[in-house]
Amino acid sequence: MLDKIAYIGQRGINTLQSIGSSGVFLLHVFFRKPDFIRLWPALRFQLYNVGVLSFLIIVVSALFIGMVVGLQGYNTLQKFGAGTQLGQLLALSISRELGPVISALLFAGRAGSALTAEIGLMKATEQLASMDMMGVDPLGRVIYPRFLAGIIALPVLALIFSVMAIYGGYFVGVDWLGIDSGSFWSNMQAAVDFRIDILSGIIKSIVFAFLVVWIAVFQGFNCVATAEGISQATTRTVVYSSLAVLGLDFLLTAMMIGGW
Amino acid sequence: MSTRQRYIDVSVGLFMLLGMLAFVFMIMKVSGLSSYHQDKGYQVTADFTDIGGLKVRAPVTIAGVKVGEVTRIELQPQQLNAKVTMQLRSDKRIPYDDASARILTQGLLGSNYISIVPGLEDDNDTKHPFLREGDTIAKTQEAIILENLIGQLLFNIKK
Repeated sequence: MLDKIAYIGQRGINTLQSIGSSGVFLLHVFFRKPDFIRLWPALRFQLYNVGVLSFLIIVVSALFIGMVVGLQGYNTLQKFGAGTQLGQLLALSISRELGPVISALLFAGRAGSALTAEIGLMKATEQLASMDMMGVDPLGRVIYPRFLAGIIALPVLALIFSVMAIYGGYFVGVDWLGIDSGSFWSNMQAAVDFRIDILSGIIKSIVFAFLVVWIAVFQGFNCVATAEGISQATTRTVVYSSLAVLGLDFLLTAMMIGGW
Repeated sequence: MSTRQRYIDVSVGLFMLLGMLAFVFMIMKVSGLSSYHQDKGYQVTADFTDIGGLKVRAPVTIAGVKVGEVTRIELQPQQLNAKVTMQLRSDKRIPYDDASARILTQGLLGSNYISIVPGLEDDNDTKHPFLREGDTIAKTQEAIILENLIGQLLFNIKK
């Protein structure tokens, strides 16, 4: 009995410890004088890895999600004779919620896991240790460009997601179900406010980007340097960042709707 | 520069460019942040005894055509009525004399909007022929509220 309580206590202490060390890690990554000359080529390459390679999955899933929301929304709205309000439904739900959240989840699966695995393998093959040995700071050379690239790439991906999803909904609503194109756009424009709806979606995606990349990079940097450790760290990245994104999404929405 | 490096650079550039295009699309096409904000227009006010469900950003129309939007609604503590400030497009000149503002409802259950009925422009000699910045539209008609109408109807039936 006492053993079990001790086990719970130990788990709690370990969890707190890892949260604390991830915070310290974040401080170490961010409070440094960035070496811009070396940073720039690395940043371009990481933007390619994290952003451009995630582009296809984002576009395809956005199109399908937009089409599904369009179809479902139209069927429900049509019962109230409000089929032309589809544009409003699509734009609000996508720019506020679906765009930032789903692109963050996809990003965690596509780019976050890759970051963790890459950094974990660097650690397992002692590349990070040898960098340290040569007097090159791995936080600055390896972690920092990946961090920045993720924070830049996810908001861009989320914007592209929103646009593609709205076009998917437009395709279903206007081209297939026959809503008038003019009322689709004008209802949307009447309902969507730039500051309240679109800007808050962008703020959300920046917060999510920070969170996902932080978790991914920390899990990679802190993993047990074995094949099994890397696989566990990759799984943890996807699970933790999905949970964190969904949980934080609720908090952010509550803050934004509750006048902030 | 190797071709692979070149490929990476070009694709990253295209990616960022697409992101910017998406941003512009979201601004212009989705939120319709349109010419009302570039063209400052002018502000006029009107006092209503009851604004019903009128909200900020509700459209202001003349003959059903949108010419501006409501920018501010405030309660006047003295008269206990609502002062509605609206921004009108400056390319539409509205005869000032006899101009009146009404609060109407789009459809049976739709949202409220303001309809301005322009006055008659009969003598061109006056110094103040058109609505301009800071004017107050004197004649107003309050919102028609369904509950009040039903209440009156029931009251009349009882008599």
